[in-house]
Amino acid sequence: MDFYGFEPSSRLFLGTAQYPSPAVLGEAIRASGAEVVTVSLRRESGAARAGQGFWELIRSLGVRVLPNTAGCHSVREAVTTAEMAREVFETDWIKLEVIGEDDTLQPDVFGLVEAARILSESGFRVFPYTTGDLVVAERLLQAGCEVLMPWGAPIGSGRGLNNVFALRAMRAHFPDVPLVVDAGIGLPSHAAAAMELGYDAVLLNTAVAKAGDPARMAAAFAQAVEAGRAAREADPMEPRDMARPSTPVIGRAVLGDA
Amino acid sequence: MTVSIELNGEPAATEAATLADLLDEKGYNGAVVATALNGTFLPKGLRADTPLSDGDAVEIVAPMQGG
Repeated sequence: MDFYGFEPSSRLFLGTAQYPSPAVLGEAIRASGAEVVTVSLRRESGAARAGQGFWELIRSLGVRVLPNTAGCHSVREAVTTAEMAREVFETDWIKLEVIGEDDTLQPDVFGLVEAARILSESGFRVFPYTTGDLVVAERLLQAGCEVLMPWGAPIGSGRGLNNVFALRAMRAHFPDVPLVVDAGIGLPSHAAAAMELGYDAVLLNTAVAKAGDPARMAAAFAQAVEAGRAAREADPMEPRDMARPSTPVIGRAVLGDA
Repeated sequence: MTVSIELNGEPAATEAATLADLLDEKGYNGAVVATALNGTFLPKGLRADTPLSDGDAVEIVAPMQGG
């Protein structure tokens, strides 16, 4: 499994926003073992130069960055943001977000496909933040995407995997496409469940950043992702409706009225 | 000559002849930033050759925390 030729040792991708301090962010990234972290671009003031210290911190951690187009509502905004990100972060990776609805932060899948096509044609490696829709997924692949990132639940909601049916269907439909559950994960058990479904990685932010102890939660997520992946590789049993004794029945002593 | 522009959404006056001069004038020298002019990405290598006119909208962005 690789993401545009890059094979990370950790299948946990971590966001860098909302931590109580830069120091805690650094601790959480280290504790998570994540090799891929998401970053963004915002207006910089020439007086405050707030972004410069953040960028130095990220560079010191030796991780690979996946810049996002968070907050973009149009194809044009997303494409321009991606172009700026490519220059600043010196990477052709882009987590493509084109937001269509503000209450759910649901992707505008029409704009997403269009922006993915434009960016792929200009050499970007696009990681599209999308829904569980299989037809949209197919269009994204046709547009040049080689990775898909369906949502688990709305961004920042912590609701986990809202539509397991859709996620399972996407895994089955695209067995060879790297798939990442992005957004909505609130607990390590949600991340483990995504990995058990056969997802190649999970991307999360708020669940770690807003935990009481972000570094400890980051470590918990690392364990959950490893456990879920191992379980997938170990080929889980099929669930059944009725009980079946796990202890052999044959040879049981007869000890009274049957 | 003073030019009236919009810098990151705020009205700004500048003596800068080019986008590169604007970055120096406003304290961005040496900072890791990307620029857009009137909604279009303006690569680093073109800043020195890009004159500013009245009414131009300049965006200057830098790395920031993201999810």
